Amino acid sequence: MAFVRRLRRHLVVIAGLLTLAYLLLPNIVVTVFSFNKPKGRFNYSWQEFSTDAWKDPCGVADMCGSLSLSLQIAAWATIGATVLGTMIAFALVRYRFRARGAVNSLIFLPMAMPEVVMAASLLTLFLNMGAQLGFWTVLIAHIMFCLSFVVTAVKARVMSMDPRLEQAAQDLYAGPVQTFLRVTLPIAAPGIAAGALLAFALSFDDFIITNFNAGSTVTFPMFVWGSAQRGTPVQINVIGTAMFLVAVLLVLAGMLIGKRRNKQAK
Amino acid sequence: MTTTLTEAPPTKEPEDPAPRKPRKRGRLVPYWLLLPGLLWLVVFFALPLVYQASTSVQTGSLEEGFKVTWHFATYWDALTAYWPQFLRSVLYAGAATVLCLLLGYPLAYLIAFRAGRWRNIILVLVIAPFFTSFLIRTLAWKTILADGGPVVGALNSLHVLDVTSWLGVTADDRVLATPLAVICGLTYNFLPFMILPLYTSLERIDGRLHEAAGDLYAKPSTTFRKVTFPLSMPGVVSGTLLTFIPAVGDYVNADLLGSTDTRMVGNVIQTQFLRVLDYPTAAALSFILMAAILFMVTFYIRKSGTEDLV
Repeated sequence: MAFVRRLRRHLVVIAGLLTLAYLLLPNIVVTVFSFNKPKGRFNYSWQEFSTDAWKDPCGVADMCGSLSLSLQIAAWATIGATVLGTMIAFALVRYRFRARGAVNSLIFLPMAMPEVVMAASLLTLFLNMGAQLGFWTVLIAHIMFCLSFVVTAVKARVMSMDPRLEQAAQDLYAGPVQTFLRVTLPIAAPGIAAGALLAFALSFDDFIITNFNAGSTVTFPMFVWGSAQRGTPVQINVIGTAMFLVAVLLVLAGMLIGKRRNKQAK
Repeated sequence: MTTTLTEAPPTKEPEDPAPRKPRKRGRLVPYWLLLPGLLWLVVFFALPLVYQASTSVQTGSLEEGFKVTWHFATYWDALTAYWPQFLRSVLYAGAATVLCLLLGYPLAYLIAFRAGRWRNIILVLVIAPFFTSFLIRTLAWKTILADGGPVVGALNSLHVLDVTSWLGVTADDRVLATPLAVICGLTYNFLPFMILPLYTSLERIDGRLHEAAGDLYAKPSTTFRKVTFPLSMPGVVSGTLLTFIPAVGDYVNADLLGSTDTRMVGNVIQTQFLRVLDYPTAAALSFILMAAILFMVTFYIRKSGTEDLV
């Protein structure tokens, strides 16, 4: 009876941990299979342990090229979306202007639209304009769909900001530029960083919109997609594992730094 | 991260304790700040939709070019030819959304109330898979659900597969290339979009409300039903939207984990656009999808009574 009672008390915890396991299972499989030595072209069933792929991560033709292209596009898309998005967020929070509702819905709609609709309609535009599909069309598309996410991230932060801090800076004879650079920007920085990080992740991992608008340019997700048809090299698991580890380490490092800062502040 | 969707408080105008005096020179500032970003969205988001609307009523061929002939029959033809794919998309996405809610709620609850010092670690583990290409992770499900693999074996011996094949989502004692595999993939891919908004709304609940409910002799289950769940409704609504909308248009899971019998409307749009090059049909399909989603979302938001959500 005690056991049953304890089980009932911890039912939520058990169910939650099972969900967490469901979420992490594919990552575990990806990691384990990065040490596989598949027999055929596909890396779907376990054969034998090998570190070949880790020793030669770029051993597959075109894979590392597509990876660096994806990183480039993600970097530029992040810069573009973060600058444009931050400007919009400041305008939305700080100023009153006409057509506010229209602006808000123009920013919200891209997030409420299935990717395939945006992808198809953007391709229609590019085809009608006779644009050459490739790096630039992908970059344009990525900035477009990352923009709204940056706006919401930055807006949340700027909104919770105490306007009196800026007034204090102005009382102390700081000019508008100085106030912005020394007070406003540092306080908004975590929101901008969160928006930028989100934009980078969204752009780097985007497949549907890229697939429609890339022409013959191959980004990393498109390489993976193609490999699902032609044969999956072990190296994509190596890249997947490395990305997961880097992400976890970066976030943990960020948390540690944040904790230390909080302690100092106290 | 995506939870910021819900973070905007219902009051639209921020309250400025001492509103600054509008200077003449400064009046144009918001417009200059808005201009570049909005121009980008107008040209590369709104204008394409107009182009797509026009494409959907064009007729012609690739060789001779397409012309606007107000051929609305394309819509009817597309619907009659592809209604099974539409229905399937809604059913699969709906099932995935319900599963996400059932699976995600306990985890969000765990992070918000029971995780203690593990809270941040679990949050990181929920977000971190985002940073591994979702295609690689979806391909991993091919391994996990492989025929004769441990998962299929276990489901078989527990007679789960008998139930699912009675429901018509699996066949021939296999999971891969069945609707179940697609739903499982969709659920997996969009689960974080459910967990994060749920977590933010649960986390905001004042713990004293739980104590108060307990003091008033509410059983834990009653407390959950009467206090916790109603207060987490904003998270439930935005979580279901953030899961359902991308899931209904997805074609990656149906393509990688499904078969030709599990094709969703996204698959059709992709094939029509990129392989068949029948642009009017593809444009019409994508317009119907958009309209259907806008309709369902508006209805849902009205019904759930959280119109100030966004």
